[in-house]
Amino acid sequence: MLNDPIITMRGVTKVYGEGPTAFQALKGVDLEIERGDFVAVMGPSGSGKSTTMNILGCLDVPSAGEFLFHGHHVERLDRDQRALLRRKYLGFVFQGFNLLSRTTALENVELPLLYRGDERKARQEAGLAALDKVGLKPWWDHTPAELSGGQQQRVAIARAIVTQPDLLLADEPTGNLDSERSIEIMELLTDLNQNSGITVLMVTHEPDMAAFARTIIHFRDGVVESIEKGARA
Amino acid sequence: MIIGTTVTLAFRAIMRHKLRSFLTTLGIIIGVAAVVTMVTLGNGATASVKESISSLGANILQLRPGQGFGRGGGGPRPPDFDPDDVTAIAQQITGVRAVAAQAQSSGTAIYEGNNWSTTVNGTTASYFEAQQWALQSGRLFMPEEEEAGKSVCIIGSTLKNNLFKQEDPLGKQFRIKGVSCQVIGILATRGQGGFGNDQDDVVVMPIKFVQRRFTGNRDVSMIMIAVDDAYETSAVQSSLEGMMRERRNIKPGDPDNFNVFDTKQISDTLTGTTTMLTQIVTAVAGISLLVGGIGIMNIMLVSVTERTREIGIRLAIGAVASEVLLQFLVEAIVLSCLGGLMGLFLALIATAIAAPLMGVPFLFDVRINVIAFAFSAAIGVVFGYFPAKRAAALNPIDALRHE
Ligand SMILES: Nc1ncnc2c1ncn2[C@@H]1O[C@H](COP(=O)(O)OP(=O)(O)OP(=O)(O)O)[C@@H](O)[C@H]1O
Ligand SMILES: [Mg+2]
Repeated sequence: MLNDPIITMRGVTKVYGEGPTAFQALKGVDLEIERGDFVAVMGPSGSGKSTTMNILGCLDVPSAGEFLFHGHHVERLDRDQRALLRRKYLGFVFQGFNLLSRTTALENVELPLLYRGDERKARQEAGLAALDKVGLKPWWDHTPAELSGGQQQRVAIARAIVTQPDLLLADEPTGNLDSERSIEIMELLTDLNQNSGITVLMVTHEPDMAAFARTIIHFRDGVVESIEKGARA
Repeated sequence: MIIGTTVTLAFRAIMRHKLRSFLTTLGIIIGVAAVVTMVTLGNGATASVKESISSLGANILQLRPGQGFGRGGGGPRPPDFDPDDVTAIAQQITGVRAVAAQAQSSGTAIYEGNNWSTTVNGTTASYFEAQQWALQSGRLFMPEEEEAGKSVCIIGSTLKNNLFKQEDPLGKQFRIKGVSCQVIGILATRGQGGFGNDQDDVVVMPIKFVQRRFTGNRDVSMIMIAVDDAYETSAVQSSLEGMMRERRNIKPGDPDNFNVFDTKQISDTLTGTTTMLTQIVTAVAGISLLVGGIGIMNIMLVSVTERTREIGIRLAIGAVASEVLLQFLVEAIVLSCLGGLMGLFLALIATAIAAPLMGVPFLFDVRINVIAFAFSAAIGVVFGYFPAKRAAALNPIDALRHE
C-alpha cells in the first residue's frame, strides 16, 4: 500500500508580494508523500507550513518548482481545473472549522456533494454516513452555533471526507481544542487513515498530536529541515 | 452545477437572512408597486374620461355664441341664435343628421312637498335623436306639441328619483317656475358628462314653451348638430362656420362671435392630457424602481464582503468561480423577482382600493404587470452581476482568512 507517491514536490518556492516588500515563504521544498501515509507537519511559526498545505490543497500555486499530485503537474493547471481537483480528490480541514453559519451540520457536510452535482437523496445518505463516521449523526440538524468546538471540528472533518477523497489535509485541526477533544480528533483521523485508506497530512504544534502520525516532517525557514518516522510507524 | 441546485442554494441563503432579504427587495417592491399602480390608475382615468366624453355622443358639434367656453370677455354680449338659424343649418348644410335648438333655464321643481332644483332644457325631439339618447319609458314630444309649445316634459332619472321617489311619474303633473307640466317620458340614465356634470339632472320641454314662459324671447342659446357618419366632422364644421359668419354679418378679418365645439376634438385633447400625465407619473415611478435596483446592488455588495468567508469555504471545497458567480447572480435575481411579485401584489391591493376612491374603473392590465415583473428580473441580472463577479474573483485563501 505504501511506496506509491501521492504527492511529489520538487524545489517548490513561494514568494508573497512583489518588489522590495516581497517575502519568500518557501525556499525550495522537496517532499514526497506516500499513498496511505499519516504525516504530521511541524515547525516554528512562520516556517511555511500553512503555505505548503495551501499548495498541497491546490488552493495556491508555487512561485517556482514542481508539484505533482498522482503524477500530474498541478502548477500547470488553471484556477477552475484546480477547483475540480479539490472537489474530486481532496478534503481540507481548516484550523478555524470554517463551517457555514446558520446552516445545519448535514447541509454543511452535503455542500461538496452539491457542487459535485449529486442528487438530493444521494447527498443526504452520504452526508449522514459521514456524520455517522465522526459520531455526530444525532446532531445532523444542529447549526454550528449549537455545537461545541470539538463537534464543529468533527463536522468539518465529515465535510472533508464525504467525497471519499484520496488525501485529507488538516491545518492545525486541534489548534482550537482542549487536549481531550484533540485526542478524539486524532483518533478519528487515525481511523480514517487506517480503515478508509485516506492519506492524511496534518499540521500541528503539539508533539502529543504528532505522535499519532507515521511520518513527521519538520519545517524551518521555508525548507524541510528533517523527516523522521513517528511513533506509529 | 445544475441551475436547480444554484436556485436551491440561493433560496437557502435568502431564507437564512429573511429580514435582510426583505429590506433588500423593499426598493423593488415599492418601485414595481408604484409603476403598476400608476399605470393601472392612469388607464382607468383615461378610460373614464373617454367614456364620459363619448356619452356626449359621437360626431356632435355644439354651436354657441361668443368665443371659446363661456360668452367671451368684455364688450357687447354676442347675440344668441334665432330659430331661422336652426332651419337654415338643417336645410343648407350637407352631412347633418339632426339639428336641435336649445334654450336653457333652471328652476326648482315641486311635487307633493318634494323640491329639487334642476336644469330646464328647451329643445325639440331631434335633441334626443342627435345624441342618440333613448327613453326609458314614455314618449317623445309630438310635432304638434312642439309647434304649440305645450307644457309637457321628459325628465332625467336623477330628477325622477328625487322628485317622485318610488312613484311612477308618467302622466303626473309637477310645478316648475310657477307653471305646471305633465311628465310624458323618462330618459335612460346617462351618468356624468365630460365636465363631471350630472346629465340625468334635467327636465326637457318643448323649446317654444321654454321661450314663451321662461326666457321671454325667441333666442336659441345653443344649437346641437349631429354629423352624419358618412361625412367628415371638420368639413361640416367649416361650412357651418362659413354660413354662420354670413348670417351674423361678420366682416372678413373680424373674429367669430360664435364657436363650434367638437366633442371628438375635446375628447382627444383630454385623453391626450391624461395619457401624458400617466406617462410622467410612471416615469417617476420607474426611477424609483431603478433606485430599488441600485439598493439591491448595494446590499449584494455588502453581502459579498460580509460573506467573504463563506465564499472562501465554497471555493476551498471545490466550487469553481462560475458556480459562485451563478449563485450570487441567482440570489440577486430570485430576490428581485420575489420583490417584483410582492410589488405586483401590493399594486393589486392599492389599485383595488384607490380606483373606487378616485372614481375611475379598475382595469387590470396584464401587459404592465408582465413588463414590470420582467423589468424587476432584469434589474436582478444587471445589478446582481457586479457583486457576483466580485464574489467569484475572490482568492480562496484570502477569503478564508477574512474576519
Ligand atoms: N498572503 C501572504 N502575504 C504575505 N506574506 C504571507 C502570506 N501568507 C503567509 N505569509 C508569510 O509567509 C510566512 C509563512 O507563513 P505560513 O502561514 O506558511 O507559516 P506557518 O508555518 O503556517 O506558521 P504558523 O505556525 O504560525 O501557522 C510567514 O512569515 C507569513 O508572514
Ligand atoms: Mg499556519
